[in-house]
Amino acid sequence: MEEKFAYVENAEQPIAMHPKKFALWLFIVTVVMIFASLTSAYIVRQSEGNWLEYDLPSIFWYTSGIIVLSSITLHWAYASAKKDDLASLRTGMIITSVLGSAFLIGQWYSWVALVDQDVFFVGNPAGSFLYVFTGLHALHLISGVIFLIIVLISTFRYQVHSKNLDTMEMCVTYWHFLGGLWLYLFMFLLLNH
Amino acid sequence: MATAHTATHSASAHDHHDDHEHHDNFITKYIFTTDHKMIGKQFLVTGIFWAIIGGLLSIIFRLQLGFPDMELYWLKPILGGWIDDAGKLDPNFYLALVTMHGTIMVFFVLTAGLSGTFSNFLIPLQIGARDMASGFMNMLSYWFFFLSGVIMFISLFIETGPASGGWVVYPPLSALEQAMPGSGLGMTLWLVAMTFFIASSLLGGINYITTVINLRTKGMSFSRLPLTIWAFFLTAVIGLLSFPVLFSAALLLVFDRSFGTSFYLSDIYIGGEALPNTGGSPVLYQHLFWFLGHPEVYIVLLPALGITSEIISVNSRKPIFGYKAMIISMLGITILSFIVWAHHMFVSGMNPFLGSIFMFLTLIIAIPSAVKVFNYLTTLWRGNLIFTPGMLFSIGLVSFFISGGLTGIFLGNSAIDIQLHDTYFVVAHFHLVMGSASFFGLMAGVYHWFPKMFGRMMDPRLGYIHFWLTFIGVYMVFFPMHYIGIAGFPRRYYSWTNFEFSNMYTDLNMFVSVAAIITFGAQLIFLFNFFYSMYRGRVASLNPWRSNTLEWTTPLHPQHGNWPGEIPTVYRWPYDYSKPGASEDFIPQTVPLSATPESNLPHEQELVKLEKAIIADEEEVLVANESKES
Repeated sequence: MEEKFAYVENAEQPIAMHPKKFALWLFIVTVVMIFASLTSAYIVRQSEGNWLEYDLPSIFWYTSGIIVLSSITLHWAYASAKKDDLASLRTGMIITSVLGSAFLIGQWYSWVALVDQDVFFVGNPAGSFLYVFTGLHALHLISGVIFLIIVLISTFRYQVHSKNLDTMEMCVTYWHFLGGLWLYLFMFLLLNH
Repeated sequence: MATAHTATHSASAHDHHDDHEHHDNFITKYIFTTDHKMIGKQFLVTGIFWAIIGGLLSIIFRLQLGFPDMELYWLKPILGGWIDDAGKLDPNFYLALVTMHGTIMVFFVLTAGLSGTFSNFLIPLQIGARDMASGFMNMLSYWFFFLSGVIMFISLFIETGPASGGWVVYPPLSALEQAMPGSGLGMTLWLVAMTFFIASSLLGGINYITTVINLRTKGMSFSRLPLTIWAFFLTAVIGLLSFPVLFSAALLLVFDRSFGTSFYLSDIYIGGEALPNTGGSPVLYQHLFWFLGHPEVYIVLLPALGITSEIISVNSRKPIFGYKAMIISMLGITILSFIVWAHHMFVSGMNPFLGSIFMFLTLIIAIPSAVKVFNYLTTLWRGNLIFTPGMLFSIGLVSFFISGGLTGIFLGNSAIDIQLHDTYFVVAHFHLVMGSASFFGLMAGVYHWFPKMFGRMMDPRLGYIHFWLTFIGVYMVFFPMHYIGIAGFPRRYYSWTNFEFSNMYTDLNMFVSVAAIITFGAQLIFLFNFFYSMYRGRVASLNPWRSNTLEWTTPLHPQHGNWPGEIPTVYRWPYDYSKPGASEDFIPQTVPLSATPESNLPHEQELVKLEKAIIADEEEVLVANESKES
């Protein structure tokens, strides 16, 4: 029996990962590459001088808090789904969607704050980069909120439960990734501006 | 980018359907199909269409270069206003021709037409899968490519002409509408088309990787994968990591062009007037662009190398020499391709110390490349060579890979590059090693897998004529370019007869142009052969090349789902050709080791016992299931 097991291992049976979840991870890789290239471009450009110095909008601290909170509530929703606690699942999903939208509104106000200190999209690249980072991230976050709402709707159709978690898990992965991506961008900006 | 995500979400589960009775109508079978084989053919036919367009564009600018005094009135019906009253080609349109030739050939023909065709067609067939991981995403990938092509095609016909800043579209030339006519609407359409192209490549790439990792048949371990699949897999990985960076570069360029930002623009005066843009860096664009641009070379080349490995092994009737060395060198090329991009920028004003580092990294690529060449030659060495057209094109690829690769060592030197940069030496180098080599890989693949695609054989005699004309023609076109390049003859010059240093090359340029026209003409033989054989060719046998891989175990015209019954199990690697002791000179992957005791090697004999135990187990389960059903 042991020998046979060794053979199976040797033959490398195809890994058991859900193909769509795997594809989501690959999609995440492409998003990582986009932001990796943009943040490297930021560093390369910054090192050449002629760089506008300005204060990061303080509202970023609040939106970062909101996005962390939303990840926690989503995790709570996911844990409830695993326990088939439908009421908590729905509450968790609703709170997460609301927090996600609140984050987007907060990011909008960060742009307002930037304009108030005369940092515009058009002008020194130091400011333009910030608009591109936040804007492109917000665009992905909108797709994340849409995904949250799709899952929320399916909870009302009783399609999310402990036996059917694939979509939910993909949504959770994507949302945590987007939250982490924002924290990376914020940290990057704190360190490099 | 969100599209890819929703597509993942909404695609219906196509993974394990055992129902092969698909009643397709014309639209679901030939147009909006989710069958990987048909999508592969769609990519192929679209790629051929673009190859004709791209080739024709090059013929037009070769006429200008080879015969500067020629009157081109006869082109007026096609080119209209681009031929002026004196019968001369418009200089701006010349630049547009060069740009479009590059864009079309690199992206539409050798990326989508090569990788798109063969990754789609061969991955499921050779790993033993019913279809791609997501048929819907695959369909989307083709239609994004198609849409991208439509937009690029439209840009050829607009009044200000298509994008003209070279296929690399460097700013500020591409960023300012005032710079040249092609930087207006033509450039906008170029950027829109490329955005769709990137989306298409990413959708395809995600699918290829997922399929290779998740959907291999029983027994198909990574160490038993045909080298074609390894090549497609690594190509998809490179694409997945590099195309998003092109997207970033293009996005910032769009902002500079249409929103007035200054990512790439600084201190520019046009007609004595200063532009408002300050603080941008054009070198930044070059870094971002070449971070895609260099891996792109390998996106184009690796599939061709994979196809060649397979075809050379089959037609030498020998196992590929150094299977593991081939994989390791492809992995090496994959990794190195990401850390050599700045060798395109030696003269861009980059720090010379950085240039030395990139020179060192660049020259390292010669090692895995040389390993691959060595392995091709040693596979051919004393093999029972069968010169099918596919085999000839594969050997042609190896020839170009050597002759074009050697000049790469010159160009990789940052000091020599000062003389050779932007001369025809560079043009000769990359047309041989990347253009012609990949094109020959594409041709080899078409000749070799045509019987599987259409169930008929292509005519080999026409194939031989096509090969020899193309092979000699390519060398006639590109070899003289080395000479004029070393002499300093620059790229992208519309007119060169007025300069002391270049006006003595009239003969060579004329020679190159005539050779180019003949080579292009030879492709018509292929076109005839391709479309004629599709309907009238000799009906193929099930395994016409006596090959080991799984695709030849399918029926002559595989339906959606590929195998009518169970998916075959794999028991051995794909290169058991001329194995000592075996009665035939090939043993397909589906033949168990226990069935070939006469040819098994000692360590394989050990595996036979385990194999038998597993087969017995499975039969038990099968019998149990059947008795349950009845």
